[in-house]
Amino acid sequence: MERFNKRILSLILVLVVLSLSLTSCTKKEAVYPSTPITYVLCFDPGGESDITARFQQPVLTKLLSVPIAISYITGGGGGTGWSQLTTTTPDGYTIFGTNLPHIIVQPLTGNAGYKTEQIDNIYMFESTPCILVVGQNSPIRTFDDFLKYAKAHPGMSVGGSGEPSSNSLALARLAQLSNLKLTYVSFTGSGTAITALLGGHVDALMTYTSTFIQYKDKWLPLAVATEGRLGILPDVPTFKELGYDLVEKAYRGVAVPPGTPENIRKVLEQAFEKVNQDPEVIKEMENLGFIMENYNEAQSKALVDQLTPYYTQLLETTKKP
Amino acid sequence: MVGLQEIFVLKLFLMMCGVTLVGLLMGAAPGLTATMAVALLIPITFPLSTTYALVLTGTIYMSAIYGGSFSAILLNTPGTPSSIATCFDGYPMAKRGEGQRAILIASFSSVYGGLFGVIFLLLLAVPLSVIALKFGPPEYFWLAVLGITVIAALSTGNIVKGFIGGAIGILISTIGIAPVGGSMRFTMGIPNLNAGVALIPALIGFFCIPAVLDMVVQREEEIHLLKTSKVQARLFLETFKEVMKKQVDLLRASFIGLFIGMLPGAGGSVANLVAYEEAERASKHPEKFGTGIPEGIIASETANNAVVGGSLIPLLTLGVPGSPPAAVMYGALLMHGVQPGPQLFTGNSQAVFTFIVGLFVATLLMLPIGIALAGGMTKLVSRLSIKVLAPFIIFLTIIGSYSIRNNILDVYIMLTLGVLGYVLKKLGFEPGPITLGLILGPIAETGLIQSLLIGGTLPHSWMILFKYPLSWVLIILSITSLFWPLFRKIFSNKASNSQQSPDPEV
Repeated sequence: MERFNKRILSLILVLVVLSLSLTSCTKKEAVYPSTPITYVLCFDPGGESDITARFQQPVLTKLLSVPIAISYITGGGGGTGWSQLTTTTPDGYTIFGTNLPHIIVQPLTGNAGYKTEQIDNIYMFESTPCILVVGQNSPIRTFDDFLKYAKAHPGMSVGGSGEPSSNSLALARLAQLSNLKLTYVSFTGSGTAITALLGGHVDALMTYTSTFIQYKDKWLPLAVATEGRLGILPDVPTFKELGYDLVEKAYRGVAVPPGTPENIRKVLEQAFEKVNQDPEVIKEMENLGFIMENYNEAQSKALVDQLTPYYTQLLETTKKP
Repeated sequence: MVGLQEIFVLKLFLMMCGVTLVGLLMGAAPGLTATMAVALLIPITFPLSTTYALVLTGTIYMSAIYGGSFSAILLNTPGTPSSIATCFDGYPMAKRGEGQRAILIASFSSVYGGLFGVIFLLLLAVPLSVIALKFGPPEYFWLAVLGITVIAALSTGNIVKGFIGGAIGILISTIGIAPVGGSMRFTMGIPNLNAGVALIPALIGFFCIPAVLDMVVQREEEIHLLKTSKVQARLFLETFKEVMKKQVDLLRASFIGLFIGMLPGAGGSVANLVAYEEAERASKHPEKFGTGIPEGIIASETANNAVVGGSLIPLLTLGVPGSPPAAVMYGALLMHGVQPGPQLFTGNSQAVFTFIVGLFVATLLMLPIGIALAGGMTKLVSRLSIKVLAPFIIFLTIIGSYSIRNNILDVYIMLTLGVLGYVLKKLGFEPGPITLGLILGPIAETGLIQSLLIGGTLPHSWMILFKYPLSWVLIILSITSLFWPLFRKIFSNKASNSQQSPDPEV
């Protein structure tokens, strides 16, 4: 009996090893794509990147006629995944979700394991602008109240998600423009920043429009960091109209490893462009507070080039002692 | 009652059976966590109706947490971080040849805790969610401190060594990008270390590798740890009665699990340890904990399954997930267009009602499927010779640590910590306190630094740590927990002086 079990087990082991080695050598075909594509997300399932990818997945599968498998390489605020992106085989069968300003800011603040130029963004498809909110029961009712409160309470706490992140940079910029002492309290993990405001543990929250939409009955928006007012939030003033030059959003897109052939990049760029035109995807995404963006490869590169000096300077001038 | 009718549709019922089995297997495999089980299931449920998708994801969450107890009992390796404390008494029991009994105890406790959580979710979700919001950064800090005092109770041998072990765990947890502030620590310039040491590979390393090395070092005849008796009806009934007699233990662990599950910053990994500690503190014979007694398994397994219902309370009422698997379910809810909020419970949300009823049925379903599976597993583990079992476990550990983040570095970390864990174990440092430090270190640090930042408007920022009544409750609990062994000694000395103690050892 013992011998019999041993044989079965070794057989299973051999089969597993064989199947593993087979999968790694079948992706050498002329027509792209001919085998499943792995869509790697660098943040935990359930977050904004995941929700977006899940909406895209069925449409992409139809457009490219191959299965799209979503997998996760998480940690280091996305950095672990992006440093692996730079060493992945550039055959178009592994694509990575990317985020701005993360891929600009992380290499600026330390050894991130990748350089901004190594991330070849094929398409940036959505963004979530920063929005400053307070609880419904807060004494603060308007952005003007917020300024007064901050003056009376130097170091008032404003929560946000991650650091350095779009939220933390938006608050740093606001503190700089208004000459106020604001304390950014970074929260990690899903939900903790939300409970911090719901439970009244922080005075205000710098968050994303997609988060605010979920709590619009409980929170009061003060100002949104966009160029103009948003269609889904027509009553919320922009920082710009209030006299503060603060535009800050987290962009999400997709990138391929450096050295990916031109024809593959074009196929992917067009596929993601078409996904963004799908009325069902647009409707679902906008309902959840996402802003659709349409930056193709060249425009994405221009966007990164345009934002890099801004963030470099912002990080330089708001550096903590 | 429409909810009930939907559950008893044969198609859904069969799907639930299949999903329960998959969840049990994934939970039992070290490295495959409940979070991953839920994440893997979601794309499969996407084409199904909202109700089906919710019921099935809830089912796999519940069963994966339960499945974690199998490997904790049979292999001394927690299948998920929620079953760490199950090892402490489950494995000694299995070693005595009572593996079947240990698994039955874990099964009944899991079902009890699971049902308890689901009932509270159904009846009291909205009022309970208010309590969860009271927990701010200072309270998280003190909760972590309370958790760390568990070490005093866990260390059966040397308390000092226990605390040194905890400190080692906390030190390891500081590697990588700081949770608040984002500065890089102890990464030695290796970009892959920026993400820090992930809990699962460390857990596998500290528990699994030393256990396997021990197996190999020991003589073959000592290894046949599990007697291959079948699950007899008598044992089943006896164990059921035995577990049900311990209502106080079951209820205590259920409340702890429910409460910790509701907090977004803590989950099953904290709940099972705190429940174990509280059980030991309340026990009349605390010295027996860790030697293989039912109470230890009951505490851990009841609490971790009560976390499931608890973690869904803030998810469904506030849209705030109470645990990592619940966070994944949050994504699924949004994709199906379900807007979390109190209206789900007050209004007529059929999907959510069916979901909760489904979860109830799924919890009951775990019992027959789990016991049948566990019977097979026990038989397999007991029959396999060490020459097959040891490499097979090592194979599982490598797959498990790699699959967490698809990162080969995690495999190296797991193996390194495994060897370190073996050496430390030989020196008397148990894996329990080390992993406790690893889990609670980041919670304590995040809570402390956030508190100090928020307290910046007070005259002294540390004053915020003592500002709220809830903090004081946790502080008092921590102090009593820390000095409990001392109190107990004094108390029992007095008791033995005044009346003849039946136990001459004290």
